[in-house]
Amino acid sequence: MSTTEVASKTAAVSVQNVRKVYQRDSLQIKVLDGINLDVPQGEFVALMGPSGSGKTTLLNLIAGIDRVTSGRVTVAGTDLGPLSEGELAKWRSRNIGFIFQFYNLIPVLNAVENVELPLLLSPLSKRERRERAMTALRIVGLSDRSKHYPRQLSGGQEQRVAIARAVVTDPTVLVADEPTGDLDHQSAEEILTLMETFNKEFGKTIIMVTHDPRAAARARIQHHLDKGVLSN
Amino acid sequence: MALPISYNVRNLRSRWKVTLLAIFGIALVVAAFVTILSMARGFNIALSSTGSDNNAIVTQRGSMSELSSWIDIGNANLIAVDPRVARGADGKPLASCEVVVITARPKKGTNIPLNVTFRGVTSIAFNVRNNIKVVEGRSFTPGLYEVIVGKKIADRVSGVDIGSTISIQRKNWKVVGLFAADDSSFESEIWGDYDAMAPAIGRNGGCESLTVRLTNPSVLASLDKDLRANPQMQVQADSERKYYENLAGSIGTALIILASFVAIVMGIGAVFGAMNTMYAIVSQRTREIGTLRALGFSRFSILISFVMESVLLALVGGVVGCLIALPMNGFTAATGTNSFSELAFAFKVTPDLLMIGLGFAVIMGFVGGLLPAFRAARMPITRALREA
Repeated sequence: MSTTEVASKTAAVSVQNVRKVYQRDSLQIKVLDGINLDVPQGEFVALMGPSGSGKTTLLNLIAGIDRVTSGRVTVAGTDLGPLSEGELAKWRSRNIGFIFQFYNLIPVLNAVENVELPLLLSPLSKRERRERAMTALRIVGLSDRSKHYPRQLSGGQEQRVAIARAVVTDPTVLVADEPTGDLDHQSAEEILTLMETFNKEFGKTIIMVTHDPRAAARARIQHHLDKGVLSN
Repeated sequence: MALPISYNVRNLRSRWKVTLLAIFGIALVVAAFVTILSMARGFNIALSSTGSDNNAIVTQRGSMSELSSWIDIGNANLIAVDPRVARGADGKPLASCEVVVITARPKKGTNIPLNVTFRGVTSIAFNVRNNIKVVEGRSFTPGLYEVIVGKKIADRVSGVDIGSTISIQRKNWKVVGLFAADDSSFESEIWGDYDAMAPAIGRNGGCESLTVRLTNPSVLASLDKDLRANPQMQVQADSERKYYENLAGSIGTALIILASFVAIVMGIGAVFGAMNTMYAIVSQRTREIGTLRALGFSRFSILISFVMESVLLALVGGVVGCLIALPMNGFTAATGTNSFSELAFAFKVTPDLLMIGLGFAVIMGFVGGLLPAFRAARMPITRALREA
């Protein structure tokens, strides 16, 4: 049994001694400095910390949209380091569900088409894709808004569509970057409840970056980052 | 899997103002390109259908055109009975002795004088050149001061309607018919009877050119060689097609060069226009591109999607451009020739030219979309997601 396979049994996400340094002209900016983090399967983890502490960078590395300077990130049993750009894209489509602060829905696609978008990368037929997208919309309580375009939805509804899009491929890990950052209190509560539901009822591993202590309180585990170092 | 084309269509529709501007720009370029090509095509048709490879035109040696040529009737008769000259069903040689004079006629609408070739022919001319058809009225009567007018020049000069009388060389000639000649330059001429015209214009006892039907196009070289070898004749034989091509001088080539130049200059402009539009679209959709990449769409599928969008935009522009160019089909224009007379020709917007126009539009869209699409595809995901 290989090391990566062992990792997959014990943790959905394993971050080992990760450093991330950005080069700006002659300046080297250290964003993450020796991060070690294991996220067990089915956990709901909040990453907290002040602006510039490196929490979004860490989330991006776990989600496979950025590369480590050194160290290793293993997600769902796959070491992301050796994967090519194309392999990483394919891997993301199967393993990661994204929830963004500003929802990032495609404005020219309606709700069900937005949810269906990641399924275009799967071998499902058109009918199967549509059925799955409708199921996801039903779970987030928006089946009656399937034909609505993002501009016709409220912020909370847009984020729920985004969550449906994130879960429709049944990914291993959901990554959420400030998912309530653009929402009013009530909508934020609804979104956090929905995320809790996916965590508790569907066993989804969730890693959420947030500034908001009330949002973080909904997670089972909280980690704090400060100046690129994990403090607990 | 690539992004569906409907995604591109909706994006173009949602930014309809930018899209319309880009379509309009490309449409104008394609319209100009197709129009100039149709002009060159019409001009070439006029030239290529004027002369036949089966015919030879005999003129005085050293002359550049019929106007500066003279062949004595005795020599003309000797050439006509040459065995290399074909004979008609009646056994007579297919040799047309013709006189020409340039006459000025007022241009329709402006009264600016246009030079028109007035040609005196016998009935044999219609057998030697079998593309001459009287399309309105009748042919002239031998011995009478009657003329038939080429339909292209009839469109361009005034006072040549059937039934009207025109004054040429102090004689009044009655217009009795209009003739067509497969869009050739003969449609830019006025034809009358040789026997009535030669004395009227002071060209007795010979002809300015002798057009003969050859038994076979391959005998032309030997006929020319033998005629040139005869010191008493001082004549030369040329392919009729080549003669008329030379008569038009470098105009045909100039038109093709003009079309290419306009296409290149405007095409480069349009490519930059399309590129600018696509860069603007890419920049407006940076976060969207980041999202698609994060969801797992490959760089290649993003590249293809943006190139497709640009090509689609250009294709619509191409179709609009072709529609703008289409009414130019049949529009008559004219140019001077080395014989100082008008050569009228019709613009020919043919299906193949429309296809070339569409192909040109697709190339513009492809080239214009490629760099912005590369930019979109190569954008780091984390940076793209940070864009507003």
